[in-house]
Amino acid sequence: MSDSTLASAKPQPAGGSAPSEPVAELSDITRMYRMGEEEVRALDGFSFTFRKGEYWAIMGSSGSGKSTLLNILGCVDRPSSGSYRVRGQEVAELDDDELSTFRGAELGFIFQSYNLIPQLDVLENILMPVMYQDEVPEGIEDRALELAKRVGLGERLHHRPMQLSGGQQQRVAIARSLINDPALILADEATGNLDSKTADEILELFDELHAEGKTILLVTHEAEVGRRAENILRLKDGNIETVERGAERTGAVADAQ
Amino acid sequence: MRSSSLARAVRLGVSSLLLHKLRSFLTTLGVLFGVASVIAMLAVGEGASAEAQDQIRRLGSRNVILRSVKPPQVGDEDAETRVLSYGLTRDDFERISETFPGIEQSVPVLQTPAEVRSGQLLCRPRVLCTPHLFQSVTRRDLFSGRFLTEQDEANRSLVCVLGYEVARFLFPFDTALGERVKVGEHYLEVVGVLYSRMPVGSVTLDPSSEAGGEVFLPLSTGRAYFGERQTQMRSGSMDIQEVQLHEIIVAAERDIDVPVVAAACRSMLKREHDEKDYEVIVPLELLARAEETKRIFNIVLGSIAGISLLVGGIGIMNVMLATVTERTREIGIRRALGAKRKHIVTQFLVETMVLSGAGGVVGVGVGLLIPWIVERTAELETIVEPAAPIFAFGISVLVGIVFGLYPAWRAANMDPVEALRHE
Repeated sequence: MSDSTLASAKPQPAGGSAPSEPVAELSDITRMYRMGEEEVRALDGFSFTFRKGEYWAIMGSSGSGKSTLLNILGCVDRPSSGSYRVRGQEVAELDDDELSTFRGAELGFIFQSYNLIPQLDVLENILMPVMYQDEVPEGIEDRALELAKRVGLGERLHHRPMQLSGGQQQRVAIARSLINDPALILADEATGNLDSKTADEILELFDELHAEGKTILLVTHEAEVGRRAENILRLKDGNIETVERGAERTGAVADAQ
Repeated sequence: MRSSSLARAVRLGVSSLLLHKLRSFLTTLGVLFGVASVIAMLAVGEGASAEAQDQIRRLGSRNVILRSVKPPQVGDEDAETRVLSYGLTRDDFERISETFPGIEQSVPVLQTPAEVRSGQLLCRPRVLCTPHLFQSVTRRDLFSGRFLTEQDEANRSLVCVLGYEVARFLFPFDTALGERVKVGEHYLEVVGVLYSRMPVGSVTLDPSSEAGGEVFLPLSTGRAYFGERQTQMRSGSMDIQEVQLHEIIVAAERDIDVPVVAAACRSMLKREHDEKDYEVIVPLELLARAEETKRIFNIVLGSIAGISLLVGGIGIMNVMLATVTERTREIGIRRALGAKRKHIVTQFLVETMVLSGAGGVVGVGVGLLIPWIVERTAELETIVEPAAPIFAFGISVLVGIVFGLYPAWRAANMDPVEALRHE
């Protein structure tokens, strides 16, 4: 199960506070692809636990397995072997339909290219994940309205994505990711398409969400963006390279200086 | 909840289609023309066959009509004057009336080529000399007065019954009853007017027309005053024909007797006539043949319309496949955000059905318009069966389902990871 790379990581937080409940537990996850004759292990015996309220930056060079990890975390891909639990639910036990509903209910997605539906307006886009749930919670429209205001789009409820700037579109996507109050917010290079000022605003929004206790996993290859997160998980060759937790990381930075 | 989610799906489908207005419009055209052609072709086909059947039925479905036919010209064309004798004979009539079982009545008809005048007005209708039975056997309705009677026949009365057109032509402002008309060289009193055979809507006032221009007189009167020789002047030469009877209308007792009676007539005539100077017309056979023709007609028209619908459907499928590819990313997003496969199937199926359904609705409109125009411009009778538009619209929806399933299935079975990565 554990290998040298994992051994170098510290599985428990260094801080004094008791660890919060686990949200996403991955144990011995392997994901293999077949590329022609060759078998590629995008993830190779990856084990890690993300806990409630944590804000992680997942970093690594391309080919390190971070995209594969994100797909598995987002339940759009299934591991070749190993166990993945979200809030205690073993994902492998869910069939395709259940998994779809599960994604909509438990996960919030934020993509690099926003990925709003062009023919829907702001409010409809925010409500998108709810529409595919079997039961629509009461007062969901009010919640969508609240979220739109929260991300600063209260005045543009009926604009189409084409009529919005990149930053505004990403705000819609963030509101959309929050509509079902998910266990996990997955952000894939969420600021990759934005200029630094707008990116900063988006990251501030993440900080706010973090402060509210949301669990955020932010995949990025930009060191500056990663530095904004509470913790950093570095991947290499399909497994963990380093784990930097908030407290020690500030220490490490101080050491470097 | 269910109905509202369907309404929402349709609304979303429409808004997706409106993103590409021209493309959606062009796509619906295929189904539109398909549906319109189904309705229009069925309407024209129904109209044509109804008219044909109507005409046949007017001959009487229980009747067998024997008719004299001028045999192919043989012999000396240069002869200036000759007598051509052919056709049905009185003996034929006697044989039929006396010996055949299954026959209710048989009615002989002698035709004479006389002109009919009243004052300055002159026309050349078919002058038919026939006994009183003619009316009941051919089921002709009286417009006014009476038809010929047995007494007329016995007395060789100088009376006649006019067809409606002839009456209108010779007596435009007055009733023809009691008036005298001059038929050939003889004056006859008009005792009745018969309805025309043509549908009332298309009554023409051309009294020489085949259907309406008729004058009836007793057979005995015809024989006594006009004889069996018909003399006509033709480009300087005299053309004399001798025909004993032009037509024998044989009415069978029941419909099922008709084939037997027809066969008996045929074999008798074949035995008695050296030349084929007659024809046997069986309306019932014609009717059956008309039904068969109609069936083939419908199959052909249906195939053509079906092919155009098929082409329309393929067009829709083509566009939907392109749409699915184009919207791969959207599909990935929706799947990531919780859409099940069935949601994606529904979404694209609804879009296809909206396309084909819209084509169907407009197609029904156009399809109803075409027969209307045809009826007014081409003066063809058209019949739109109430089921036709429903049927055609149903087909268009079916086309949407059939040709939408595969693109929708393709969309639903995309790997979300691949779909999300798609640019």
